[in-house]
Amino acid sequence: MANKGILGRKLGMTQVFDEGNRIIPVTVIEAGPCRVVQIKTPERDGYAAVQLAFGETKSQRLSKPELGHLKAANADPTKYLAELRVVDLSGFELGQILKADVFAAGERVDVTGISKGHGFAGVMKRHNFSGQGASHGNHKKHRAPGSIGACATPARVFKGMKMAGQMGNVRTTTLNLQVVEGDAERNLLLLRGAVPGAAGGIVFVRNAVKSGVKA
Amino acid sequence: MHRTDLVDRAGLRDDVPDFGPGDTLKVHVRVVEGNRERVQVFQGVVIRRQGGGARETFSVRKISFGVGVERTFPVHSPILARIEVITRGDVRRAKLYYLRDRIGKAAKVKEKRF
Repeated sequence: MANKGILGRKLGMTQVFDEGNRIIPVTVIEAGPCRVVQIKTPERDGYAAVQLAFGETKSQRLSKPELGHLKAANADPTKYLAELRVVDLSGFELGQILKADVFAAGERVDVTGISKGHGFAGVMKRHNFSGQGASHGNHKKHRAPGSIGACATPARVFKGMKMAGQMGNVRTTTLNLQVVEGDAERNLLLLRGAVPGAAGGIVFVRNAVKSGVKA
Repeated sequence: MHRTDLVDRAGLRDDVPDFGPGDTLKVHVRVVEGNRERVQVFQGVVIRRQGGGARETFSVRKISFGVGVERTFPVHSPILARIEVITRGDVRRAKLYYLRDRIGKAAKVKEKRF
């Protein structure tokens, strides 16, 4: 389980040079500042978590209950809330502000976001099928999947068969990305590699669950 | 302003001379051998310059012992100690790939006369 996390906005990708002068592809995330607006304790809520708020907005864009919830933590009106399940609640307090320097260079993180939506996509785009031939008598089946099963046995299509359908626009997590830099002054977090979603999308960065290091 | 410019700006060099395809350059490259560092010079003709911002690169072609050698460098790479422009070339296109098919005197780029 995580013990550190921050909400942010994906700004896009670029490249930087490392100490060996090699090029590293990085995703730039405008991370934080996030305010801790609620602390959930095992005694009261049944599990330990902190709720983080990110993204300033106007107060008239929020409902009265939302404003009241934020006011309890002395927070400005914010657009996005996310809950970070933690092992240990010590070190967190209501109203505390988390900045991009919660992550240091070299740490491993998981990034959750909403992947780019591709609409209703065929099997070639969605599952990397090869499609069928352009010629040899093929008629209007160039991007079709081909056979989706056998005949009287099993007399049905197996569950999970790869077919056309909605692609993307789902919550996706990329595991074990390396932090290149966490800059609290400019609220920037640089991660090696790609993260889900389009530029401008909201992403949730947490420390890695499968890094091999016990939380 | 692009949204990642905040990051890019720190990595941009401001000592890059003005050069383009057809120009002959001496590229001073830092080479690390073990813990020693020395500077190697790669001299040749710029055959392309592509990309923009932090990820702009250029390619230099030279004939070494009868074999054509091309190296591509990021313009803003820290391994470049210095870029020296030797001559300006008089060329009509941006990508000088036709030089690869030419041998000897035909592979020469005319120098620009002002």
